[in-house]
Amino acid sequence: MRHVFSVRIGPVGFRIGSDWRAPIARLESLYADYPAPRDDVPDFNVRLFAARPWRRFVRPAVMIGGDFVLPEAAPLPLAQGLLAAEMGMNLQMALGQRRYLLLHASVVERDGRALLMTGISGAGKSTLAALLGARGWRLMGDEFALVDPGTGSVHAFPRLVSLKNEAIGVVETGVPDGRFGPLLADTPKGDIRHLIPDAAAIAAMDRPAAPALILFPRFGFEAAERDVPPSEVFVRLTQASTNYVALGERGFDALTRIVKTVPARAIDYPDTDSAITQVEALWAAL
Amino acid sequence: MGGAVKDGWLLARALRTPGNTLALDGEGWTALIAIARAEQMIGTLAFRLEGLPLPETVDRILADARASAEQGRIAALWEAEAARRALAPIGVPLVLLKGTAFVAARLRAGEGRSIGDLDILVARATLDAVEAALLEVGWEWVKPDPYDDAYFRQWMHELPPLIHRERDRMIDVHHTILPLTARITPDAAALLAASIEVAPGLFALSPSDMLVHAAAHLFADGDLAGGMRNLWDVHCLVEEFGTKGLEERAAHHGLAREVARALRLAVALYGDGATLNPADRLYLRRLTARDGWGRATRPVTRFGFYVRSHWLRMPPAMLARHLWIKWRKTSKG
Repeated sequence: MRHVFSVRIGPVGFRIGSDWRAPIARLESLYADYPAPRDDVPDFNVRLFAARPWRRFVRPAVMIGGDFVLPEAAPLPLAQGLLAAEMGMNLQMALGQRRYLLLHASVVERDGRALLMTGISGAGKSTLAALLGARGWRLMGDEFALVDPGTGSVHAFPRLVSLKNEAIGVVETGVPDGRFGPLLADTPKGDIRHLIPDAAAIAAMDRPAAPALILFPRFGFEAAERDVPPSEVFVRLTQASTNYVALGERGFDALTRIVKTVPARAIDYPDTDSAITQVEALWAAL
Repeated sequence: MGGAVKDGWLLARALRTPGNTLALDGEGWTALIAIARAEQMIGTLAFRLEGLPLPETVDRILADARASAEQGRIAALWEAEAARRALAPIGVPLVLLKGTAFVAARLRAGEGRSIGDLDILVARATLDAVEAALLEVGWEWVKPDPYDDAYFRQWMHELPPLIHRERDRMIDVHHTILPLTARITPDAAALLAASIEVAPGLFALSPSDMLVHAAAHLFADGDLAGGMRNLWDVHCLVEEFGTKGLEERAAHHGLAREVARALRLAVALYGDGATLNPADRLYLRRLTARDGWGRATRPVTRFGFYVRSHWLRMPPAMLARHLWIKWRKTSKG
């Protein structure tokens, strides 16, 4: 393809090709601190391309392709090419990853132990991970927890933190020296702005951690918390996994191991300050 | 292996002589893996290259592909078992086709092979009973469109696809191996009569008929999509069973020309090379039309074979009517 950028995020290498320079230039600057794929062989390819040759120039629209694709994905305007690249990379992971059990969760680490936060869109996974990342925790990722079926440990996948709508302002205030990408307004997912994980998080991304606590946060309610029984944890995590079924027995073993060994709590929170206090208290009580 | 080759030949040569891949650089491996994925042959490649001193990253990617193919094998055999149980009460034996048959019979063609739908063959006279038995235990219609449904029932060699509501897996119930509208009519009863029990309660076509089916599918039906994988099946079947009696069997089904072509192209891609005619070369050009990103290339050649596939499937007046109805449906959204 005309323009190419290769990068490694945690254990996963990507090659992104594009018909346009702009999305690649954005990736080069935002992922400047990341290494290239090992052995120069990426795990996955992502392609950003024009549906018809003239659509490179006339009302340019970015189609998302790659090794693994969903049928009938809608194109994005060229100004949102960075979002297209991120969606393409997430799609390869969601559909193609077979080494790790993928949980749709954000992960932060302290003292070699990992805290997983999972929930529906808007629950605050990315926001809480970004804020904790600026308060002494290591950010391991805001999208996928990579569980190694062999060891049970969680591998980091610290891609750009994707902040949506109100979360953008909250994190801009909460992480004053954070490095941010451009504001992408009016995307299909609303306004989006990316936060670059800090240098320490990138430098330590090859270090896995043992899962120590699973949280199911929920934003917009009075502060509350409860234990989550193993049966509920199991069902919610199967729903939060994109490749649980595809992994077969390995996936089942990896998931039941987590359910049996890692405590789980659900927390409701009215604002992020309250959430951080709740998280720190739960962590201290482990 | 030359670093310049970045089309389907890169994959063909890796399968033919695995040791040659050791000369690949990062870019060469990246292209090979992308092409293998696009042709749904990454599992096959992974088994073929197992044990070689590969770069660590490549080794890991291929190990994942082997694990994935193994899981696919388990799921495909479980699906076959579910169909066997569904048809046992009405006394219809389960005759498997394509990928599931290869893994049930533990054939080389099944090693690492990606398997999508469950394809089975039943006698046309039992079709209604088979349909009812499958609906009874949880399979459902995929296509609610009345034209498509009627089209399948009147003209196709299979029922409209069914999907299982709990397992989310498709089954294609064939009663012969080519559409009824095609100019060639294979002997479906002979296919069933010669089928062999390859595992308890699971049957497969005889080796010769497997080769006939692969050739029919490639050259008398489809637009050659997935052709590299089909010809790998042919290559493996010939390697394992030879070609004794194949010519007569192919002639019996009216598919002598197609089978001969399949053998020539399989040897050209995966064997020691073959004497090719100009048409063979055009087929190979279509079959290997990929670039180093796994993208489909050579659009003119591809379109030519797409038109040809419809031409083979039905007479011209019927084709015109079919395309008109399909076009009106899509343009209405």
